[in-house]
Amino acid sequence: MKTQINVRINGQERTDEVEPRLLLIHYLREVIGLKGPHIGCETSICGACTVALNGKTVKSCALLAVQADGQDIVTVEGLATDGQLHPVQEAFWNEHGLQCGFCTPGMLMTTRELIERNPQPTDEEIRHGLEGNLCRCTGYQHIVNAVKSAAAKVGG
Amino acid sequence: MIPQEFNYSRPGTVQEAVDLLADNDAKVLAGGMSLIPLMKLRLSAPEHLVDLGRIPDLTRITENGGCLHLGALLTHHQVATSALVQEKCPLIAETAAHIGDAQVRNMGTLGGSAAHADPAADYPAALCALEAKVRLVRRNSERLVDIGDFFVDALTTDVEPDEIITELILPVEEAGTGVSYQKLRQPASGFAIVGVAARVRISGGKIAMARVGVTGLGATAYRATGVEALLEGSEGSQDDVAKASAAVDEGVDALSDLHASSDYRRHVARVFTARAIQAAL
Repeated sequence: MKTQINVRINGQERTDEVEPRLLLIHYLREVIGLKGPHIGCETSICGACTVALNGKTVKSCALLAVQADGQDIVTVEGLATDGQLHPVQEAFWNEHGLQCGFCTPGMLMTTRELIERNPQPTDEEIRHGLEGNLCRCTGYQHIVNAVKSAAAKVGG
Repeated sequence: MIPQEFNYSRPGTVQEAVDLLADNDAKVLAGGMSLIPLMKLRLSAPEHLVDLGRIPDLTRITENGGCLHLGALLTHHQVATSALVQEKCPLIAETAAHIGDAQVRNMGTLGGSAAHADPAADYPAALCALEAKVRLVRRNSERLVDIGDFFVDALTTDVEPDEIITELILPVEEAGTGVSYQKLRQPASGFAIVGVAARVRISGGKIAMARVGVTGLGATAYRATGVEALLEGSEGSQDDVAKASAAVDEGVDALSDLHASSDYRRHVARVFTARAIQAAL
């Protein structure tokens, strides 16, 4: 039996009928058509599916779409405003914080929350903060640099 | 990896939730960090899910009668970062900060972790060291269960199918009590290979109170009462701590898996018990 959900996604209100078993990642990718959040491991380890739910990062492969009913969702597509990259996106670009790019949407979302909670993170705090996001290309050093650069930008 | 079909209810109060559980063959959904992955793998296939995620009463933090009452639906992030919890019961806050990763800590809940009773979960070590009490509510009745009676076996607790955990009750730490949670982290999953939570209070140059909770070593978390007895009354010298820590695996049937053999786990348990006690002293 389908259930009606109302959500705000990247600032847009949506109402949809969904099966309770529909995972949030499938709702975002297949119903809404937002292909930014990626399906990597599907076991809630890799973090490629990370989105913000009411401002808090979550793994959308381990959430039901019905759990997001009435809530605010931001995906990587919602980071840039008016064609301007978000400072976190700019920092990843400038610091070469990606190679293949598959993990990047999740990295960007987690980084946004990380520097919001801790505006001047140390290398160790960055690595701890990104434990839920795996990258198989970069060896992480450039990602850590990008997070530091983003923190400096956002912090002014 | 799509779960089997199920009916879904999202009650707004504890009463509605326990009524739904009394009238249906249903399973409780809290943060879903353990249950949803199991449902995706179809290791769990409930016919009906009762989502507790929107019950305001279950996310309260209150202090009452020398105890901290933590609502079962508090996320790990909330427990880790609450100023009141950090001040009154620092062990549970420190432990919460060690769980999983940032995204899991934003969704996963205290009550959900306790109810899942994963033998490698972090919270149970602290809950044992704190001698927590668990409030269980069902239609028309409620009861308090000591944490020692709560964990029955791996993934098995004393909670009946029609009951929900509403809160965990923890003691407010007396002045002069040191606490620490030390864990050997399985690098891929973040779960504890072994985790040890310690509380130690010194009075007049001697250890007046010691509580040690252990997760990861046996099928359930437990209080290492042998370690506690050896510590209490001692001066807490390095030698005292080493001797006491050697008792941590007494009478425990140690788990073995591809990450750690039972002998290795026993060794790690002794080392991490000593570290946790030293850090708490």
